[in-house]
Amino acid sequence: MNFGRLALPVLALALAPLLPGIINRTKAVIGGRDGQPLLQLYYDLAKLVRKGAVYSHTTSWVFRAGPVVGLVSAVAVLAVLPLGGTSAPAGFSGDLIFMAYMLGLMRFFTVIAALDTGSAFEGMGASREVQFSALAEPVLLMALAALSLAARGSGASLGGGLFSLSAIYSHLSISTWMRSGPALLLVAGALWVVFLAENSRIPFDDPNTHLELTMIHEVMVLDHSGPDFAMILYGASLKMWILGALLAGLLVPVRSGNIWIDTGACVFGLFVLAVLTGVVESVMARLRLTRVPQLLVSAGFLSTFALALIIWS
Amino acid sequence: MSISIANIFSITNGQAAPICDVTAMDRRDFCQAIIEATGQGLRISALFGQPVGGGRTRLWAVLARDNKSLLLLLYTDIDGNRYDSLTPYCTQAHWFEREIFEQCGLEPSGHPWLKPIRFPTRTETAPRIGDADFFRVEGEEVHEVAVGPVHAGIIEPGHFRFQCHGENVFHLEISLGYQHRGVERKLVGGPDRRTLHYMETLAGDTSIGHALAYSELVETLGATSSPARAQVLRGIALELERIANHTGDLGALAGDVGYLPTLSYCGRIRGDALNMTALICGNRFGRGLVKPGGTGFDIDVQRRDELLRRLDILEKDLFVAIGLLWNSSSVMARFESTGTISGQDCKELGLVGPAARGCGVERDIRCDFPHGIFQLEQIPVSTCPTGDVFARGYVRWLEIQRSVTFIREQLKGLPGGDPLVAVGPLKPGRIAVSLVEGWRGEICHVALSDPDGKFAAYKVIDPSFHNWFGLAYALRGQQISDFPLCNKSFNLSYCGHDL
Repeated sequence: MNFGRLALPVLALALAPLLPGIINRTKAVIGGRDGQPLLQLYYDLAKLVRKGAVYSHTTSWVFRAGPVVGLVSAVAVLAVLPLGGTSAPAGFSGDLIFMAYMLGLMRFFTVIAALDTGSAFEGMGASREVQFSALAEPVLLMALAALSLAARGSGASLGGGLFSLSAIYSHLSISTWMRSGPALLLVAGALWVVFLAENSRIPFDDPNTHLELTMIHEVMVLDHSGPDFAMILYGASLKMWILGALLAGLLVPVRSGNIWIDTGACVFGLFVLAVLTGVVESVMARLRLTRVPQLLVSAGFLSTFALALIIWS
Repeated sequence: MSISIANIFSITNGQAAPICDVTAMDRRDFCQAIIEATGQGLRISALFGQPVGGGRTRLWAVLARDNKSLLLLLYTDIDGNRYDSLTPYCTQAHWFEREIFEQCGLEPSGHPWLKPIRFPTRTETAPRIGDADFFRVEGEEVHEVAVGPVHAGIIEPGHFRFQCHGENVFHLEISLGYQHRGVERKLVGGPDRRTLHYMETLAGDTSIGHALAYSELVETLGATSSPARAQVLRGIALELERIANHTGDLGALAGDVGYLPTLSYCGRIRGDALNMTALICGNRFGRGLVKPGGTGFDIDVQRRDELLRRLDILEKDLFVAIGLLWNSSSVMARFESTGTISGQDCKELGLVGPAARGCGVERDIRCDFPHGIFQLEQIPVSTCPTGDVFARGYVRWLEIQRSVTFIREQLKGLPGGDPLVAVGPLKPGRIAVSLVEGWRGEICHVALSDPDGKFAAYKVIDPSFHNWFGLAYALRGQQISDFPLCNKSFNLSYCGHDL
């Protein structure tokens, strides 16, 4: 294991809370407001860890485990997450499945912690979250399968195998785009939908709303407070970094071999992604909840079609 | 036995009549008359009990006959504590009868869902505030969601109990009463120095509407008429209030679906409209502007020019901000077919204001019962036939435009003279009714004066009183996640209901 590569997870841990800040600033600028500071989430986290937590008498250890497991799962994914062409410190063959299921574990514990409170709101949020993620997860896996095949098509032998994220992303270069551009564009579309849905952004969810009845993700964490809530917010920003890195690594195919340029380009791509998310949130309303599955299923069709294109081209 | 509506004693809006002119009915005729009248399309504007001593309660009804601009008055004295309920035959009596049950202890026998609409504190044994039985749908897969009375936003308290099947709402029951202040009880024995201030704060966002209804009532009871200039100023103030609130509502509707541009713009533009009211009287909500006898403030030439200038800017800004809403397909997808009420249901429920006009029902006091400046200047009634959130929003937009036009015309043709005259003492033994189309809908004030020329009873029906049940009804069969949007499209007052 290359210890120099530990820089990658450290970078993620340090910069992830910046992404929500960029989104909020973008929305503020478009809305004609000054908006909150870019570093607002850092301030919030610092504030929350110094506070005490309040636990309802009806909750059990499950409620307390939720935020911890959530954060640990996200950090574990960072160990296998490549950034552009820069490989992850602990990548292995099959780590893309590992990533998908660590994110699944994170969600699972958020959901059961929400159910543990016994609140009608949190139960509703949990039910929505599970329903939508059941549709979003296949989209993610299909998209990664398509990327894997596209990378293998580049002719180079895949060190670390077909199912390693690091191997896949290090082979996604300009030439891959030249060869199977349309398919990759479809994959990017599908990943963009997954990015917005999984990070509870508009048009799927409204992170700013105060209306419990319309929330998906936010309503599940209403009862958490203090350091627990800090872990949830931090975990959520890491999740945004992870899913964003998958998309940015695809859209910014800079594979110069220079670790500084490759990583820097991908981080820049992540920031642009955050700006784009802010733009989307500024110009459209969120979907009616009954429409959300339709959009997710269409994203599923996009990634499946991309897979088919790559297999038969 | 049949009762002819034409034979029932009637007055016009803002007219006072001696109470002895109103013929007493026995309770059977009284109920029969209301059922027949509402069956023929009349509306219940007010239905309330007045304790008259000796353990008797006098039930008063004010029925609005829109097409003739007449208000039918009828009453009956009830001994004992029960009478036959109207609600099974006349849905719009539902809420009124529950209020009578709460306030007078009169039990309408046969009422399908009899419980107080607030938390009465009349007796020692009254339930604690917040204790109530709710309608329950039984079943394995039915779950109950309780929202409030403490809400996440900075809004008034109210409790909402949903019976849901997954995301679908079978039934919503709304429980109010957390804002009860006992204002109506305090008004008895007035008017005094406090009365006007009570009126301005019945519902803080309808200060002008309620103050106007009250002022017209006191003027008619005092046989005074307000000067022409004051009537125009009142009309301008009423329409400014409408513009400000409708703008705020449209912004909030956009906010509820996460559409930020209109939300941000409308928040500012609402402030601009409020500031125009402040330019006239120094208060953004128009307190102190409308008072019995006329208006407390006048508009001089510089202010008039400034208002006209600001009105042009306001109109331009509104076209941009609200135009975005109708041109954005993602917003329309949320507004259309959400919380639909049919025109028929709207009439049966007795809805008023933009909620009724959004169901395609032409119901507007400014047209049906014109008073003050509206007797001379008509504002066209704005309707939209679809009955959904979109319709309620779009009616607001149409009204904003027409109010802007109205204000502009009135400012240009302000009649001269003093805007304030002294009001005479109240004539004893009279009843008077005043209806005003506030921005939420029909505001109804009924006053009865005693032999000393003081209020023997004063009843206020805020438009929210008519519409709360409409909101509950609109949610049936909807998605629970659409509730906040539906709620905002009605935007009803909690304190105006609780009084």
